[in-house]
Amino acid sequence: MQDIYDVAIIGAGVVGTAIARELSRYQLNCALVEAKPDVGMGTSKASTAIWHTGFDAKPNTLESQLLHRSYELMETFVSEAGVPVERLGGLLVAWSEEQQQALPGLLARAHQNGVTDVHTVSAEEVYRLEPNLNAGAWGGLYVPGESIICTFTLPLAYATQAVLNGTELRLNFPVRQITTEADGTIRLQSDDDRLRCRYLVNAAGLYSDEINRMLGHHEFTVTPRRGELIVFDKFARNLINHVLLPIPTAITKGVLVSPTVYGNVLLGPTAEDLDDKTNTATSAAGLQMVWEKGQAILPQLVAEEVTATYAGLRAATEHSDYQIHLHADQNYVCVGGIRSTGVSASMGIAEYVGGLLAEAGLPLTPKAAFKPVKMPYIGAAGIRPYQNEAMIAANPDYGRIVCHCERVTQGELLDAIHSPVPARTLDGLRRRTRVLQGRCQGFNCQAGVVDLLARETGQEPRRLLALEGER
Amino acid sequence: MKREQTDVLIVGAGPAGLAAAVELKKLGAGKVTVVDREPEAGGTPRLCHHVGFGIRDLHRVYAGPQYARRNVAQAAASGAIIRPATTITGWGNGRTLTYSSPDGLGEIKAQAILLATGVRERPRTARLVPGKRVQGVFTTGSLQRFVDQYQLPVGHRAVIVGAELVSLSAFMTLKKAGLDVAMMTTELPQHQIYFPYVPMKWLTMDLLNRVPVRPLSRVTRIFGRKRVEGVEIRRLDTGEVETAACDAVVFTGDWIPEYEMARSGELTLDGGTRGPQVDGQFRTSRTGVFAAGNLLHGAETADMCALEGRSAAQSIHDFLQNGRWPAASLPIQCAAPIQWAAPNRVTAGEKAGELAFYVGEFRQNALVEVRQGGKVLYGQRYGRLRPNHVMRLRGDWAAGIDFGGAPLEIGLAR
Ligand SMILES: Cc1cc2nc3c(=O)[nH]c(=O)nc-3n(C[C@H](O)[C@H](O)[C@H](O)COP(=O)(O)OP(=O)(O)OC[C@H]3O[C@@H](n4cnc5c(N)ncnc54)[C@H](O)[C@@H]3O)c2cc1C
Ligand SMILES: Cc1cc2nc3c(=O)[nH]c(=O)nc-3n(C[C@H](O)[C@H](O)[C@H](O)COP(=O)(O)OP(=O)(O)OC[C@H]3O[C@@H](n4cnc5c(N)ncnc54)[C@H](O)[C@@H]3O)c2cc1C
Repeated sequence: MQDIYDVAIIGAGVVGTAIARELSRYQLNCALVEAKPDVGMGTSKASTAIWHTGFDAKPNTLESQLLHRSYELMETFVSEAGVPVERLGGLLVAWSEEQQQALPGLLARAHQNGVTDVHTVSAEEVYRLEPNLNAGAWGGLYVPGESIICTFTLPLAYATQAVLNGTELRLNFPVRQITTEADGTIRLQSDDDRLRCRYLVNAAGLYSDEINRMLGHHEFTVTPRRGELIVFDKFARNLINHVLLPIPTAITKGVLVSPTVYGNVLLGPTAEDLDDKTNTATSAAGLQMVWEKGQAILPQLVAEEVTATYAGLRAATEHSDYQIHLHADQNYVCVGGIRSTGVSASMGIAEYVGGLLAEAGLPLTPKAAFKPVKMPYIGAAGIRPYQNEAMIAANPDYGRIVCHCERVTQGELLDAIHSPVPARTLDGLRRRTRVLQGRCQGFNCQAGVVDLLARETGQEPRRLLALEGER
Repeated sequence: MKREQTDVLIVGAGPAGLAAAVELKKLGAGKVTVVDREPEAGGTPRLCHHVGFGIRDLHRVYAGPQYARRNVAQAAASGAIIRPATTITGWGNGRTLTYSSPDGLGEIKAQAILLATGVRERPRTARLVPGKRVQGVFTTGSLQRFVDQYQLPVGHRAVIVGAELVSLSAFMTLKKAGLDVAMMTTELPQHQIYFPYVPMKWLTMDLLNRVPVRPLSRVTRIFGRKRVEGVEIRRLDTGEVETAACDAVVFTGDWIPEYEMARSGELTLDGGTRGPQVDGQFRTSRTGVFAAGNLLHGAETADMCALEGRSAAQSIHDFLQNGRWPAASLPIQCAAPIQWAAPNRVTAGEKAGELAFYVGEFRQNALVEVRQGGKVLYGQRYGRLRPNHVMRLRGDWAAGIDFGGAPLEIGLAR
């Protein structure tokens, strides 16, 4: 462990991990500081997992600019790192005259945002692209660049590459207090630990306003905006071919229906401002609302089984744009208000933050070698270990299926537990492998997985099952 | 990829699949291969460490694991090939199935296939019970693996969602693990635990004396930070809401067939059972493909599934002998409150056998009818119709069917 880090990044969500990865290509000692026992446990694990082009962003905003840049950067990264993506294309369907009239404006906006591969399509064309849609579509807008991505793998890939290139991951480190030492270094204090750094990046998501206030700034306040979602069984996957995006109107925002890279279909989200930043519970009203909207868009969808439900909290602020501010006098960059596009903009944000740090005087000297990363593949479009003859021949554990619904093998579970950013919790194992995320939700394998994780990591099952320790 | 052949390929080594294998070997069916994705054969009873198995098929009472071991041993002794840790992953051409196993990938070509993949309980998410995603939420199936297979802790105080036979199984498992059971909830006006045989009768009475059953009640929310801390329960009739403190919730029953292979093989599914449609001879909509056991109906007891496996073996054997597959059969539709009936089709000129069905409400002194095009073909009177419990029409229900006529309907007398 370093005595003084060049940079500390608070928050290991998709934004913080992307920043850590970006900085790890330079000759710097960095720490990625996270309150939770794993990376990617905040908002980043509960999105709709669309890799947006930014076609509908507000033009001439930082968000629009960074989404555009990020899209380019991610195209290379996701294929090199093996992050599951599917380039399905997005289809916005107009269900009313009002929505139909909004299409030309959306097209013009896309062009302003530099997204030129966008086309209006007729009602007939809409049904040709999506034969199972409910009757009543007026027309639509087709955006081929809109894609789906694995939001579990993405922050893990960033974090893993950062760690492989020397970044220190300081988990279970909730930053409680920030002070400046006499020598100008910044001191971060948790309940039982501390560290010092020369430069500080605040990527604390829902809590970025609180960290910002610790440094004396009040540019924004975060209001958690809940989004509830329903995940349908894989047998629903063949009902749609594209990401079906809603057309925002004055009255409603609408919900989207999208395939996931695991082969399920996602329906949601709601948008509801709350006052509790920990309230990731689903609600009866929210689930019913998305259910009804889903039924109106794709009637056959709701006849399929529900696999999962969840809720995520967007870090909304009183501003419509990202709240990225450099306070050069404090060697501090605040990265807040990354409300609803952080997955897609992550690499753009990271590059931009690198630039701000350089502006504040941080020397960015590239390392001789920047080690690549290759993540285990958990998508449905490619070959998984249980389908891979060579992998099974080399190690029969890749043929020992533990989770039957998602066909996760013993080999993959052991890999995840012993990876550079290891799974230490059931949730961590779920996000890395898909275990427990299938249609039976653990009817078959949950106990066995708890047992395996406990044995492999030397942890007490009672702790893994939250029967003791901090609740 | 290995290429193999067998006369009969049975998917699922539970009571239905294993009983079918034994019977097929007895009938001289040739090479019979039973695959199961679990590391050990035996099916669901393997995990139910309590008595209540084997009554109608073996005329003895076994505990689940003992019953499973006996079935596996019998099948092995009969000469059937049993392959655990082998997951059927999809369909090749015709009657060929692909698999994945620690020994690699392969495909097995068969003359006939029997799907006996069982059922599972719907988890909390599929029932859309809102609230926090927390530890401590079980189905009976997962609970039993926690307690009996891995000796893992499951908490101190539980709420059981459901009050049917399998809920009793959850109750026994929880007591064994030393938990208090705060209550059982059911959306119906009373519990649906009936006495399959005498020793269970006093066990049931004892249970019902000790555990409050909340009728007409639904669990509407789960709360807690990391672990369940309680549930919210709403009375469906009065709208009254109460909360119960607990650190475990067990969702019981609400069965859904494990239809993955049936569906990916494009077999016609039944709207009622959601399993593949079969006729009285266990034939699905795909030539040479049969189905038996709880895949056809959630949920029968294990002994009945085994008996079904035996009957299916006879049909499979006949098919292997003569290759005959009926061109058409009549579907059986259900009118509410009948929820499903199995078999779901009848073929002309064949003995129909009993018709199993589920009803969604309690009814006293009810007349269940089989109708065709508005004409009543058959009626059977029941002193009580009970939900979440397999009821049966006697074997003569299928007399007088016009096989050129409209679909059959099973419903209550109007
Ligand atoms: C319902 C929903 C749907 C969405 N859909 C999409 C989509 O389709 N496409 C898209 O691009 N984006 C989408 N988003 C937005 C995207 O998920 C977010 O913008 C992104 O995840 C934000 O990442 P983050 O790293 O800023 O925040 P987080 O993931 O919340 O990470 C912040 C981290 O900081 C840690 N932290 C906080 N305080 C402290 C502290 N004091 N000390 C140490 N650590 C701390 C937290 O524990 C957390 O891990 C969606 C969001 C929601 C809620
Ligand atoms: C908690 C609980 C308690 C019960 N208690 C009793 C009781 O006391 N008495 C009683 O009589 N009955 C009881 N039952 C019911 C009994 O277990 C079932 O009736 C019986 O097991 C059904 O037999 P089956 O052969 O249809 O299916 P199962 O026993 O479920 O067997 C199906 C098999 O198919 C395998 N399989 C599925 N898909 C694939 C695939 N793709 N590839 C390979 N293999 C596959 C599965 O691994 C499984 O082993 C209980 C059930 C439960 C869940």
